[in-house]
Amino acid sequence: MDGIVILGAGQAGIQLASTLREMSYGGPIHMVGDEPVAPYQRPPLSKAFLSGATPEAALFMQEPDFFAKHDIRFMPSTEAQSVDRELKQVNLKSGDRLPYDHLVFATGARNRALPCAPDARPGVISLRTLEDSKMLAKGLEAAANIVIIGAGFLGLEAATVAAAAGRDVRVIEAGPRPLGRAVTEPVSEVVRRCHHEQGVRFDFDETVVALHGKGVHDHALETRSGERIKADLVLVSVGVTPNTELAAAAGLPVDNGIVVNEVLLTEDPAISAIGDCAAFPFAADGGRMVRVESVQNAVDQARCVAERLVGKPAAYDQVPTFWSDQAGLRLQMAGLAMAGDRAVVRGDPTSKAFSVFCYRGDRLVAVESVSRPPDYMLGRRLLRAGISPTPGQAADSSVDLKALLAASKTVA
Amino acid sequence: MRVHLKQHLCVGAGLCVVSSPEVFDQRDEDGVVIFVPGQEHPDPKYHDAVRGAARKCPALAIEIEEEG
Repeated sequence: MDGIVILGAGQAGIQLASTLREMSYGGPIHMVGDEPVAPYQRPPLSKAFLSGATPEAALFMQEPDFFAKHDIRFMPSTEAQSVDRELKQVNLKSGDRLPYDHLVFATGARNRALPCAPDARPGVISLRTLEDSKMLAKGLEAAANIVIIGAGFLGLEAATVAAAAGRDVRVIEAGPRPLGRAVTEPVSEVVRRCHHEQGVRFDFDETVVALHGKGVHDHALETRSGERIKADLVLVSVGVTPNTELAAAAGLPVDNGIVVNEVLLTEDPAISAIGDCAAFPFAADGGRMVRVESVQNAVDQARCVAERLVGKPAAYDQVPTFWSDQAGLRLQMAGLAMAGDRAVVRGDPTSKAFSVFCYRGDRLVAVESVSRPPDYMLGRRLLRAGISPTPGQAADSSVDLKALLAASKTVA
Repeated sequence: MRVHLKQHLCVGAGLCVVSSPEVFDQRDEDGVVIFVPGQEHPDPKYHDAVRGAARKCPALAIEIEEEG
């Protein structure tokens, strides 16, 4: 028996390995990771770890004796060279071979580079790993100011930490608003307002076309509109690319992620893909192919595949959820909205605590809550149950939406 | 073992409830972590699972104080 080989030791990979053992899977488990350290939490890298509030030791997701205790062969600092589907084995760069009964891609994603500065240079940081976060924290100690390119979750969480530490923070975003690809306009607006109150300066509809300067503490960013912005430190946070090359080279279909079916299998019945690297059919939306970057997605997809591998196959049908802490706001989102969906606000959007219910036609497709966790929980349950309040009910804070859930349970 | 919950950090991911349902629960209203009544000092047979839950919490909202 060759057992299960997991490529990737991030949130999805470690969840799969540990769930397999929890479910009494008795075969060999190999988990291949390209980083030198054991699996760790990435969310705090742009929040509590970056700010210094959380020590490094708290980031590791397992007790030090976990792998030995559960007979999981964790291979750090190890990279796969290729996958031989005929022989059912992974060829490692070291020259070693790992045969498998089942292979799972949990290879995650990597940060995109700035098109005008594709190569690494000192003082220009891209935040993905523990090492990146340490480098950014160290850079911030010595910097008076930082320019952050890209106003997504990661960039704005880092902006929050930098501003709180008294640094001068400027954010350059190609789109017209912060978190523009992730949330609706009312949420973007409160996010912009709260960052602004903390001293963060934004440039929207602006891109960096060239990076000049001598390096650390001497950067000059040339923008499309012709401005030259000086910076001590630069953070590039312009999104990610899924790590699909190995799968593609093995002849598996890849389209914004490794393509899998409703049970997260690739077209090869001996290979699955989970987490940031997987493009899967989104059951709640007619099977449209999506790729989701979140802890919830990594964890739930790992559990789904673990169950299948111990003989309990089921379609993946979880509601995607996300969260972000920034500028004093707690953002919690459930579901997947798209451009063109209608945003119905519940509460006062000029306050710092309200929610947005997103509709496609009459159907509720996502809920975004700004510092209103009960609305988030409710939204998650409504989406899970497939219940859509009318937009009128959603907009009216006096309507008790919980009653709709209770009513549906009674009927069921 | 004494467990401390930092409820202001909790984002309601629910991973703790999956790994230790005997010790952790989520408040119905907002999903924030709470103790199953009486489990601030969990039974020793749950200690490993509780340590795992603390390490897996993506919001780092669970702290463990090892006693004795």
